[in-house]
Amino acid sequence: MANLDRIQKNLLEQVADLHEMPTGAYSLRVNGKLHGKQSSANIDIVQKTDKPGIDIYIKAGTKNESMHIPVLLAESGIKELVYNDFHIGADCDITIVAGCGIHNSGSAESEHSGIHAFYLDENARVRYVEKHYGEGDGMGKNTMNPTTVVYQKKNSYMEMETTQIKGVDSTNRTTRATLEDGATLIIREKIMTHGEQNAETRFEVDLNGRDCGTHVISRSVARDHSHQHFVSHVNGNNRCSGHTECDAIIMDEATVSAVPEIVAHHPEASLIHEAAIGKIAGEQLVKLMTLGLTEKEAEEQIVSGFLK
Amino acid sequence: MLELQHVGFSVPREDGGKSVILEDVSLSVSERFVAITGPNGSGKSTLAKIIAGIVTPTSGKVLFDGEDITALSITERARRGISFAFQQPVRFKGITVKDLISLAAGTNISVAAACAYLSEVGLCAKEYINREVNASLSGGELKRIEIAMINARGTKLSVFDEPEAGIDLWSFNNLIRVFESMHERTKGSILIISHQERILDIADKIIVIADGKVAAQGAKADIMPSLLNAKASCRFSMGEVDAHGKS
Repeated sequence: MANLDRIQKNLLEQVADLHEMPTGAYSLRVNGKLHGKQSSANIDIVQKTDKPGIDIYIKAGTKNESMHIPVLLAESGIKELVYNDFHIGADCDITIVAGCGIHNSGSAESEHSGIHAFYLDENARVRYVEKHYGEGDGMGKNTMNPTTVVYQKKNSYMEMETTQIKGVDSTNRTTRATLEDGATLIIREKIMTHGEQNAETRFEVDLNGRDCGTHVISRSVARDHSHQHFVSHVNGNNRCSGHTECDAIIMDEATVSAVPEIVAHHPEASLIHEAAIGKIAGEQLVKLMTLGLTEKEAEEQIVSGFLK
Repeated sequence: MLELQHVGFSVPREDGGKSVILEDVSLSVSERFVAITGPNGSGKSTLAKIIAGIVTPTSGKVLFDGEDITALSITERARRGISFAFQQPVRFKGITVKDLISLAAGTNISVAAACAYLSEVGLCAKEYINREVNASLSGGELKRIEIAMINARGTKLSVFDEPEAGIDLWSFNNLIRVFESMHERTKGSILIISHQERILDIADKIIVIADGKVAAQGAKADIMPSLLNAKASCRFSMGEVDAHGKS
């Protein structure tokens, strides 16, 4: 954590729940440059030479290890595109925490676009957590465009939790995944937009393997004049199961569109889509008010519970 | 403690007239257990909502501890000591049973304390404490969680709208025990809207509402005989246990 100022430390805490750099493997990127990295006995982090970013090699059989790869932008006007590739060996069981925090107190747009590719070998298990957070009182926009690409081999399992709660003016989020036999992918997305923010999110999952399956669950809250656009596209190309769910609360003058598409290319593909958009139910507010909360407090409870 | 003076409630009809839901209802609640009963559609639930502040009466006054609370919001009434258990409990995505009990208690209570409230309503606490209060819970489970919330609030006045409906896997005796221990703790009044003879049987006072008006009110001993005689017309359930509360 040496050489990080107060603002940067706060961003780090917001996106990675870290007060200091962890003892295990990590890579920290600050203001467009690699600030520090540390490999461990089983996790090797190698800086790319042809473009910005890193390759992460996790040895087969690595269990119960975690690694952190936060990105902080605290200078206004930085724009970057970073490629991080994760090569996860067979039979691993690991947690990867990524995240991007932007503090923009200037007038120029700050933008971070990260392309994360995950290659899971057979039977590997990965929990991937990413948080996106923006702050700053300047007029410059905070933009984040995360792309996640997942390739899952036989019987691998990946759980992805992606959260954007505050301060990101514009985001275009894309997740693409390809699953082989018996692989499972669970995605939980949480988004809250406010002000004039815009969030677009797109999930494309190809269920190619026999008995593979996915759950894509998105919960979002759109406030003020913000806009969200959710697209999910699940292709069932084998005997498989797919489930997508988009659940959105709209408040104020916000707008949300949800465009689900489930496509069965195989007679034994079982695919479900659920989508619901609506304001907070009046009876929920009333119930909490009968417990002594004001209407505003009740609204905050309902929203924070929904996005928990 | 609670007094309703000439309370009326009507809603406009499409033809320009108005439908009268409640008319000139005057009653008082200061006893330990007070039951409001009457046929379906007689206006009982509307009356409960008027007491909680969810529905504003079109005429009359509501007094609580001598203060005119007719114009007070739901929140202000709750803070003055009125609790209300819904007939059909509300579901919340993401909010857990412990969250709701903590909100009801007004403080972030310990897991042990929250569990005690759940055990009291016959729910195995550790299975429920971290469950979301969503569609995965049955109507009966939600109903008992609703009662646990009122218990956690522990206010001077607790209003229950048909608490027995849907709790068939539990039992009336337990429900009545919960009411008794609630009174032990709060020393307040418990107002129960019910069709059930066994609930009416514990009441110190019974108020009968019919066609939006108070048809009778008084001590149980005075009211019960006429209710039992009128069972055919009022359609009270007289079965040993009709847990659905509907006749």
